[in-house]
Amino acid sequence: MSTELPEPASKIELKPGVGGGGEIPQFNITLRVRRYLPETTADAYWEDFELTMYGTDRVLDALHKVKWDIDGSLSFRRSCAHGICGSDAMRINGRNRLACKTLLKDLDHSKPITVEAIKGLPLEKDLIVDMEPFFQSYREVMPFLVNKGHEPSAERYQSAEEHAKFEDTTKCILCAACTSSCPVFWTDGQYFGPAAIVNAHRFIFDSRDDAGDMRLEILNDKEGVWRCRTTFNCSEACPRGIQVTKAIAEVKQAILSRSI
Amino acid sequence: MSAEIAAPRSQRIDPKYNRANTSRGSFEMVAWLFMRLSGVALVVLIFGHLFTNLMVGGGVKAIDFGFVAGKWADPVWMFWDLAMLWLAMLHGTNGVRTIINDYAEKPATRVWLKGILYVATIVIIILGTLVIFTFDPCIAGNTIPACK
Repeated sequence: MSTELPEPASKIELKPGVGGGGEIPQFNITLRVRRYLPETTADAYWEDFELTMYGTDRVLDALHKVKWDIDGSLSFRRSCAHGICGSDAMRINGRNRLACKTLLKDLDHSKPITVEAIKGLPLEKDLIVDMEPFFQSYREVMPFLVNKGHEPSAERYQSAEEHAKFEDTTKCILCAACTSSCPVFWTDGQYFGPAAIVNAHRFIFDSRDDAGDMRLEILNDKEGVWRCRTTFNCSEACPRGIQVTKAIAEVKQAILSRSI
Repeated sequence: MSAEIAAPRSQRIDPKYNRANTSRGSFEMVAWLFMRLSGVALVVLIFGHLFTNLMVGGGVKAIDFGFVAGKWADPVWMFWDLAMLWLAMLHGTNGVRTIINDYAEKPATRVWLKGILYVATIVIIILGTLVIFTFDPCIAGNTIPACK
């Protein structure tokens, strides 16, 4: 048996610059990060970093470049870096977004790109906030299946129509972009916040779940759904495109129709 | 050094569910529903009011003491104006109440602002209701035919 293999027939010689495999565009950006180092300084301050980045880079890559090559003290959360874990929600150019889903080429390079921590939660360091109040209200809506019937031997059946009612709210990754974009939450930390209501919605409208009434009762609280002023900040901030304000409105209607 | 970070909702931070507090009723829901219903009613009442006062008859120039006296001689307009007064006052008060709840950060500020708001509302509602029901067109010097 010969070790010499013939050239594959599919191989085509391309002239340089042909076929889309060209050089990735390069540009200079100013990354303006809101720093807060409780060990050394009393107040938060802005720090600028001049970086040369590529057209395929995201804001997260710019933060990595700063942390790995320039200033190792820069602190931020990120886990999967692919828009699924929900760790790196931050305020980029004044809007809540995931750093790992925001391409630098889509932002304006003529001005500094501002990056700060999400608002309304206690700031711990640089871009890291204490997420405990957020998860506390998440836990309060009981984000798990409650079923009083017998344990089925196979899966619990559900029609496509029944699933469609809450399909949108199953997409939540708990990044807190919605809750920390809500002006009501900024001034009133007691408000449950959009994310908790979205996750309650996911079970309230699930035909397999039996604790919908209990969740509606929880959200009928003084700090529940009626605090919502429908400013749509949450819908705009959601990196998964969940219609958050619509979900809150559906929960409001469910509480109303249950009470009347 | 301001490294100390205040928890924003320290009353609620607790690993357990604080679900027992359900006895507070549905005031917020009723208030929310009232805002929608009174809003719809006010659109009809206010535009009806504006139309009869400004468009029908002599228009805005014809509004004087006699015009108002003539309107309040009719019980329909008395109750129209009464409904408008009560709904507008309660709708507005509830709106300002939610704004105070949204923007006042200290509990003491909240209590004071809401106290002033409620006192003002009660005074205006009582005063306005009294004016509508105890209105007497025959004050000194009035020459409309009904007073002769």
